[in-house]
Amino acid sequence: MSTKILTQHFNEPKLHELATYRKLGGYKGLEKALKMKPAEIAAEVAKSNLRGLGGAGFPVGGKWSTMPPADKAPERYVVANYDESEPGCFKDRVLGERAPHQIIEGLLIAAHAVSAEWAFIFIRGEYGIPFKILEKAIAEADEAGLTGKVRVRLMRGAGAYICGLDTALLETMEGKKAWPRQPPPFPTVVGLMGQPTVVNNVETLAMLPHIIVNGGDWFAKLGVLPNPEKKLPGSGGTAVYSVSGDVEKPGVYEFAMGAPLRAIIDAAGGVRGGRKVKAVIPGGASTPPLSASELDTPMDFDSLRSVGSFLGAGGVIVLDETRDMSEVAHNIERFLAHESCGQCTPCREGSEWTTRILGRMLEGKGTSGDLPNLQRIGENITGKVICALGDTVGMVTRGFMKKFPDDFKSKVPA
Amino acid sequence: MSESKTVKFKLNGREVEAPEGRLLIDAAKDAGVEIPHYCYHPALGNPGNCRLCVVEVQGAPKPLVSCRTFVKEGMVVASDSPAAMRAQQSSLELHLVNHPLDCPVCDQSGECGLQDYYMEIGRYESQVREDKLHKGKRIEAGPHVMLDQERCILCTRCTRFVDEVTKTHELGIFGRGHGQYIDLVPGKTLDNPYSGNVVDICPVGALTEKDFRYKVRVWYLDETDSVCPGCSRGCSTSVHTNTERPWHNDGRRVARIKPRHNPEVNGWWICDDGRFGYDSLDHDRLGRVMRLKDQRRELSWTEAFEEIASALASRSAGKGAGGLVVIASGMLSNEDWAAFKVLFVDTLGVKHFVFGPEPDQLGEEDELLRKREKVPNLKGGQAQGFGTEIPSASWDSLAKDIEAGKVWGLYVVERDLTKVWGQRTADLLSKLGLVIFQGPNKTATGDLAHYRLPATAYVEEEGHFTNFGGTVQAYKKALEPLGSAKPDWAIFHGLAEHLAGDRREEAVA
Ligand SMILES: Cc1cc2nc3c(=O)[nH]c(=O)nc-3n(C[C@H](O)[C@H](O)[C@H](O)COP(=O)(O)O)c2cc1C
Ligand code: SF4
Ligand code: SF4
Repeated sequence: MSTKILTQHFNEPKLHELATYRKLGGYKGLEKALKMKPAEIAAEVAKSNLRGLGGAGFPVGGKWSTMPPADKAPERYVVANYDESEPGCFKDRVLGERAPHQIIEGLLIAAHAVSAEWAFIFIRGEYGIPFKILEKAIAEADEAGLTGKVRVRLMRGAGAYICGLDTALLETMEGKKAWPRQPPPFPTVVGLMGQPTVVNNVETLAMLPHIIVNGGDWFAKLGVLPNPEKKLPGSGGTAVYSVSGDVEKPGVYEFAMGAPLRAIIDAAGGVRGGRKVKAVIPGGASTPPLSASELDTPMDFDSLRSVGSFLGAGGVIVLDETRDMSEVAHNIERFLAHESCGQCTPCREGSEWTTRILGRMLEGKGTSGDLPNLQRIGENITGKVICALGDTVGMVTRGFMKKFPDDFKSKVPA
Repeated sequence: MSESKTVKFKLNGREVEAPEGRLLIDAAKDAGVEIPHYCYHPALGNPGNCRLCVVEVQGAPKPLVSCRTFVKEGMVVASDSPAAMRAQQSSLELHLVNHPLDCPVCDQSGECGLQDYYMEIGRYESQVREDKLHKGKRIEAGPHVMLDQERCILCTRCTRFVDEVTKTHELGIFGRGHGQYIDLVPGKTLDNPYSGNVVDICPVGALTEKDFRYKVRVWYLDETDSVCPGCSRGCSTSVHTNTERPWHNDGRRVARIKPRHNPEVNGWWICDDGRFGYDSLDHDRLGRVMRLKDQRRELSWTEAFEEIASALASRSAGKGAGGLVVIASGMLSNEDWAAFKVLFVDTLGVKHFVFGPEPDQLGEEDELLRKREKVPNLKGGQAQGFGTEIPSASWDSLAKDIEAGKVWGLYVVERDLTKVWGQRTADLLSKLGLVIFQGPNKTATGDLAHYRLPATAYVEEEGHFTNFGGTVQAYKKALEPLGSAKPDWAIFHGLAEHLAGDRREEAVA
């Protein structure tokens, strides 16, 4: 059974309009939050065990607490990350199209919680429809006096996957080439235009109104509670999954943290044409795959880590038994090579080299050195680059080779 | 910052000390350990993009780049452990995946970061089976610099130089990922007055000097510490000469001039005027001691000293030392200035000098290095009184005095009067009974003189310049003098000796 927070009213036809959203309880969270002290909001969010849903899963309360105090650094910003470019992810798109006010309300609560008077939404350039819907929703909220003293601005990206990475996003917002910065300092200390800045994913932000209305404890209990013995932080609330690939009903499905992967696939109508699952990419193209034997894995940040993958941004890509994993790896590496920002050498050169080796193997021109080289190149990239995109470049092929070695061995001379 | 504290840490098993907060890569260098790197440059920051300077730090979950890691008390660092070496080697390998390996036709060969590190930490068998990516190979970036995008390793040193040092922003990084390349910003050319420095900082053969391209292999060059004579900054330089193989470099002895790091004077840079102003060292040089009037012929130095000494002595005695005017400039070394003073002030009692840089030795000045006075050693002259007790006369008054017949002789050191007086020069000089020119190069003035004495160029002698700020720097001898050229001080000294000899003879008689 799926637990719905963000998508509970998605059947409501005019949910994107302010009147409908308010009728269903919208902006009650903001109203309550405005009566609270910033520290109280932050405490509630910390209690909720909300973790970042943009990919990294960083505890939200923890991130906010690293901001310097408002009296020391009065100029500060909140940025909603709406760049959603991870292949296999489209949940942010749907969240914005269907319930834009939920995002705006969350953004305003976050602004209040960190005492910021400027709030930005950075949306990927290709998201034309969500852009228009959000633009209108912001105007509505402004007109209704809901934004208060917070100025909400929408900024459109120019189309690069790397712009979704928080520090690259800040660079591109400043009008520069989107080359990731190398923290420390982290954006909460030195962010947009050098000022303390909180960057959160739009889905993460959309959770805030519900946490404020229902309480942090309620949210934490919906998900997976922390396990101090195993030093696991747990994951509060729900996650909205983008389910795609070889399923009958691709789409967006919300589940409580810790729901088994199998339940999500079932909700999407199961594997297309009654075929068998071969592999599932659980969190978007940059997360290592799980095999058919791992379908009972609970979907939450800690559980996926324990099986060598990541919850990422919840982009579940189901691959059936007809798929060749070396083709899938090639496809993803080609994407990453195309999207590598090119700043650091191992990622820039390694992504391209890996892609070309895989491409040559798929053309039937594999050589005996290819598999050891792919393995070695991957090891030489991950952990030796500036940002997580590069780490991924080195992980993808190795991840597929480890779980599906036959698909690779068949492309090189025995 | 207050006096920083010293911390102790372990580097490759050795206990070393460094000031707290120093970058690991610098602290290692201080301790004699060179960690391979491309993007880091002490004057251009540490973007950490080449990922070559990786080291193992005990307790760190992954290898760290030493250009972005600060030393800490008790830190245990290995730059030569198997894991660190493997990480450095793999980064080098990735730098070379798409490198064209056109070393046989690359001017950087012999001083290339890729070659050097391959020999030092690489030495693996290439695993690349794919074709190389192609980009632009022969791009004229500016009047002095050629760009080869295929050889570029995208370390961004050059773009940081034009962004942060000259702030002229001619170069940019275009495209994304492996398709990325360095190029000119549309509408710009790399023509700032410091453009040549990008060639020095480029660790590979992507940016090369147009002048130097295909001329001579770097391993045939000798390097000599020198000081640029181009302006009163006096940048520390290194003169690179090609003497063993005269058939290379179009027969020129000086192949190029490079900056020498000197934090007190020029930091890491030199300007293009200084860098490319070496043409006069091999072209239009004077090599013979000449009497040009009254039976033109080549003289030996002894003959010349005798004739000139007696002409100076007899005219001074007859018409007075006030009718002799000496023209010199801050081109002279400290040693030259001392001998200059002995000859002209102490021995001949000359009253009128012109040595100020106006107008022909002035030029552009900026905040980075270039000074307005385009001579290296006005300060050295001041130390001898020229410009302090002894004023520089004006060119106008000198011309008037010549017209008025008040001047009987001119002694011109290294200066071309046509640059001041233009067409009038020949007419003015024709009114004089004795004109002596001394200098390393042919000039219109030299051709109009009665005597023309060949002096060495600064690279053919050793000496000292005192720059505008009072810093005294030595320059060394890089080349043998051409023909019978002598250093200026030796010419002054020879004449002074002969004059003293004449006087002794007079006294005896
Ligand atoms: C290559 C790359 C791309 C990313 N793209 C996105 C994105 O499109 N949207 C997003 O919210 N986070 C993205 N992230 C994660 C952000 O860097 C950051 O962690 C996130 O926006 C923080 O918000 P959260 O804590 O609410 O998840 C990306 C990270 C990487 C490494
Ligand atoms: S790892 Fe890749 S995407 Fe990240 S900074 Fe380096 S080149 Fe850019
Ligand atoms: S041209 Fe040279 S200095 Fe510039 S980025 Fe390329 S390798 Fe670096």
